[in-house]
Amino acid sequence: MKIAIASGKGGTGKTTLSTNLASMMAEAQPVVLVDLDVEEPNSGLFLAGELVHKEDKYKMIPEWEKSKCVLCGKCQTVCNFNAVMQLAETIMVFPELCHGCYACSELCPSAALPMKPKKMGELKQFDLDNLDFIESKLIIGEEQAVPLIGQTIDYVDKNYPADTIKLYDSPPGTSCPVIEATKDADLVLMVTEPTPFGLHDLTLAVETMNTLGKPYGVIINRFGIGDAKVEAYCEKKKIPVVAKIPNDRKIAELYSQGKLLYNAISEVKEELQKVVEFIEIQKEQI
Amino acid sequence: MKEIVVISGKGGTGKTSVTAALAYLAQDDVIVADCDVDAADMHLLLKPENSIRADFFSGVLAQIASDKCIGCGKCAEICRWEAIAKTNEKYQVQALDCEGCGYCARICPTSAIEMEEQNVGQWMISEIKSKSKMVHARLGIGAENSGKLVAKVKNEAKKIAAQEQKPFVLVDGSPGVGCPVVSSLSGADLVILVTEPSVAGIHDLKRVYQLVEKFGIPAVCIINKYDINRQKTEELYAFLQQKELALLAEIPYDENFTQAMTLGKTILEHDPDGIGAIIRASWEKIINKEI
Repeated sequence: MKIAIASGKGGTGKTTLSTNLASMMAEAQPVVLVDLDVEEPNSGLFLAGELVHKEDKYKMIPEWEKSKCVLCGKCQTVCNFNAVMQLAETIMVFPELCHGCYACSELCPSAALPMKPKKMGELKQFDLDNLDFIESKLIIGEEQAVPLIGQTIDYVDKNYPADTIKLYDSPPGTSCPVIEATKDADLVLMVTEPTPFGLHDLTLAVETMNTLGKPYGVIINRFGIGDAKVEAYCEKKKIPVVAKIPNDRKIAELYSQGKLLYNAISEVKEELQKVVEFIEIQKEQI
Repeated sequence: MKEIVVISGKGGTGKTSVTAALAYLAQDDVIVADCDVDAADMHLLLKPENSIRADFFSGVLAQIASDKCIGCGKCAEICRWEAIAKTNEKYQVQALDCEGCGYCARICPTSAIEMEEQNVGQWMISEIKSKSKMVHARLGIGAENSGKLVAKVKNEAKKIAAQEQKPFVLVDGSPGVGCPVVSSLSGADLVILVTEPSVAGIHDLKRVYQLVEKFGIPAVCIINKYDINRQKTEELYAFLQQKELALLAEIPYDENFTQAMTLGKTILEHDPDGIGAIIRASWEKIINKEI
């Protein structure tokens, strides 16, 4: 079962929920936690596991072979992303703009633009007893998170059976990286905070998940600050509020140290238990 | 005209609250740009009105005309995003998977595929309560090209600032290190990094600062919630010292930030003598070029 943990707004507690839920669930069954926030992955900061596997991740980029090129300019015409340009007698490739569609390479009449791998990031796998943790990190300067997110999901699909509980810590926002991270999920848990920013971005996240047709539930973090409008919104839209994690300076302090919460704060554990029950119910409906 | 961009790497560090407070202080000396187009929130504090709106078109998506499709499957074969699938002997494009490369349209033997321009969102120019203007946007759900919309918002803000001879453009950047952030940073004169003393805050600050270094933009730092973890605050000081980054301000953990947000106010309006005073001192340092 694939469970994506998402939020419109950043900093609402996706990583806190992902790491605590994964660790707690792993006390009873094997769990895989995958950090798909490849731009700024944080889950690994809360989990001390043994590194068991590491691999570089590549995207495919065309490379110009001058000796074969007939300077017909076709490559430039077929690229929708301005990643290939002909300047006098030179073909220039801009790797950061390339989406890897292969059009220039495969439509070149003289095979002068073979696709070559370019490193875009690194995947690491850690072992912590019942919990396997996988994270991918984008190289600074690489602009596109989507290919790395996709390859990370593929890695998990290949290496774990379908019935394993898999939690995906997803990137913030509502654009392409979030879609990539959540589109295969069986269930989406949306973390928000009871503030105007939290509510505004939650409504966007809800629209996104409605577009994708995903079942979802909401977890309110820092419950007690702000106002009651998130709850009112969820009630009106008939969205299940699965758990409410209290606002507590102690939580902020433990979080700042990179520590897990569920064994230190009993209210957190009780709320996470509700999330586990929600997952169990949803699992039966798949 | 000086372009100041506020970023954080990690979300939830107080970036938008700080930017809105600076915008409120600068009054009509500044044109504000909300470049966090994925999850734009600054309008909730600056209350834009009398907006002028325009649709934003960017990128294309493939569409297959079923009457022309002969079901040869060449499009599905070459699509790297597996965005084309066969249903009832005809091929169809899954819009959310289509990258817009147009390769399929170029090789379709019956020219059944058209690339249609996408309306990816709306951008707006509005009047805000600090007697100035703000350029902001709303990205369509799941839309690509948020980097391009960011560039549009920023360029429009710069255009207005130039026309109206404003000394500053103030940009609320996006989280992360990918294309929207790259677009937010390009052309900036000063970066304000808003961070917090937590393992995640420091980790993300270091990553996004690598990007700032690549651009070679001068940067200063605001540490929010500095009293939540003294040891991590010390770590931040060490990082700032190593990178020769000035500390613009330190803000304590304070629920007034949330209260102000709940009231739809900037912290300057809600707590002018507390956190408001800290932000005011920061802005004065910037305008007096003490930083």
